[in-house]
Amino acid sequence: MITVSRPGVLSTVQDLGRFGQYHIGMPPSGAMDPFAHRVGNYLVGNDEDAATIEMTYQGGAFEFDEDRVVALCGATMAATIDDEPINMWEAVSVEAGQTLDIQYASNGARSYLAVAGGIDVEPLMDSRSTYTLIGLGGYEGRSLEEGDELALGAPPEGATDRIGSAVDDEYIPDYDSIDSIRVVFGLCDYRLTDACKERMTTEPWTVTPDADRVGYRLEGPELEFVEREQPFGAGTDQSNVVDLGYPVGSIQVPQQPIVLMQDAVTGGGYATVGTVISVDRGYLAQKRTHQELYFESVNVDDAVAARKAQQETLAAIRKSLE
Amino acid sequence: MSTIERVTLPDPRYEFGGDDHVFVELDEAMSFDANFEAMAITQQLRKKDIDGIFEICPANASYMVRFEPETIDPHTVVETLKSVAEETDLSEYQWDTRIVDFPVLYEDEWTHETLMRFRDNHQDPDATDLEYSAQLNGFDSVDEFIDAHAGAPHMVTMVGFVPGLPWCFQMVPKDEQIEVPKYVQPRTDTPSRAVGYGGAFTAIYPVQGAGGYQLYGRTPLEVLDTDQNLADFAESMVFPQPGDILDFRRIDRTEYDEIREQIEAGTYEYTIESVSFSPEEFFADPHGYNEMLTEVLRG
Repeated sequence: MITVSRPGVLSTVQDLGRFGQYHIGMPPSGAMDPFAHRVGNYLVGNDEDAATIEMTYQGGAFEFDEDRVVALCGATMAATIDDEPINMWEAVSVEAGQTLDIQYASNGARSYLAVAGGIDVEPLMDSRSTYTLIGLGGYEGRSLEEGDELALGAPPEGATDRIGSAVDDEYIPDYDSIDSIRVVFGLCDYRLTDACKERMTTEPWTVTPDADRVGYRLEGPELEFVEREQPFGAGTDQSNVVDLGYPVGSIQVPQQPIVLMQDAVTGGGYATVGTVISVDRGYLAQKRTHQELYFESVNVDDAVAARKAQQETLAAIRKSLE
Repeated sequence: MSTIERVTLPDPRYEFGGDDHVFVELDEAMSFDANFEAMAITQQLRKKDIDGIFEICPANASYMVRFEPETIDPHTVVETLKSVAEETDLSEYQWDTRIVDFPVLYEDEWTHETLMRFRDNHQDPDATDLEYSAQLNGFDSVDEFIDAHAGAPHMVTMVGFVPGLPWCFQMVPKDEQIEVPKYVQPRTDTPSRAVGYGGAFTAIYPVQGAGGYQLYGRTPLEVLDTDQNLADFAESMVFPQPGDILDFRRIDRTEYDEIREQIEAGTYEYTIESVSFSPEEFFADPHGYNEMLTEVLRG
């Protein structure tokens, strides 16, 4: 068991997500940066879907009442075990009675604490992910609070043999240097003028303070809609469409764009104009308020190739740790 | 006899949503033709249980799927959707669905308090949402407007936004359909179970939260029961399913309170009848068909 002595700004239990329920309005939830979540699990010998603790902007402090192997991956956060600094992206041993204390993020926005055996909350619809909007899953459907006691699963065999094994530097993302987010434009992008579409990929976008697990609201060039007589049922505003489903990662344009993330609203009546590719949703999730980014237009084949390349990287990391 | 005017749908637009979604727009405008097509195709897709496709989401005039590109190539997904559409013939289509009694307390105190608090976000700050909508749609009074809203059943044409929120499209010819704009600026607050209207759709808000629809009333019934306490939520925490037919019924405060008491005690059972829905028969004589449906429900 681990006890939360300080929860951080927003820490939740997440795995790779809850699927098959999007049609009833249930988003996947799950780790916002699945790459870092997966690598954390590899390091401690878990299945990649084991639940980790996702910490946003600031780490938490956790007291262990048993020996465990842990790994911290994702945004750079200085961390100590009983005041002794530890490395990130490395399997580390925590002993019973020790406290793991994780500080503020300096490169990226979200870090994942993987613990051998995983965080053992009750699965809901086959997932341990937290969906805070309606209070489902994870630890009591909410972000962690001081004093919460988290049960742990049985550690995988040989977990302690992994202590000290680390991810090679070449595989560790430098989140703050990634400022190009790849997008497959389309969906209802016929609603935007050509000039506006052009501006969307040439001018910078700034992450606003309104950026969370539901969506990242961006600020940038003025959007310009193609004037039309609104179709029946859509509503009167030029940004309105007949309510439709929103892909995870899609960019909706109520005026300034919102990119929908893991706790996405699953549908609605604002035009969507493109979708951030699956690999780059994780990179976008590592952006902090006020950071700048550009949208890069790619096609679906490029998007699949990027996904394949990331899976090869993950396979290489996994192999390097065996 | 009035009929539902049939719509010839344009060629569907197949659009990639990143590397893992395909969005299919059947029409830009809402129509029963577009919605039934979306329902028929997604029902077929579910039956086919295609390896790699793990989310199938019908919407009002479109649908969407999500898939694992490792298992099925995105271009193959589009080809598959096209061939399913090819095989789907609405004229031979019918489906088993439910008609549900849905009591609504129109002009309730809670949505009234909320809408008064957000007058500055509204097109017409000097009227209530009901007064504004009644006038815009050519009704002489709010009562007549409510009678129209509750006067014919509504079909659930999409579920989403948050778990359990149904979009409902009234089962009447287009010239009888209500259409209203959404708020100029969305509200930051809406009571749970509020019954709202935007575009051509009624929505029921499952939980308290932001919203932009015109507010007409509040239902005592739940659309989302995360603890699955109520008998009608035994199989899913979400009540409405696409294709369900909801028959809104105007109730008074006494009945509202009685139903709430039973809901909170976990004893309330929704009044539901099973029906086989035939698009062709509905298109030919919607009013007659609705009468038949409500007859099944109310005996």
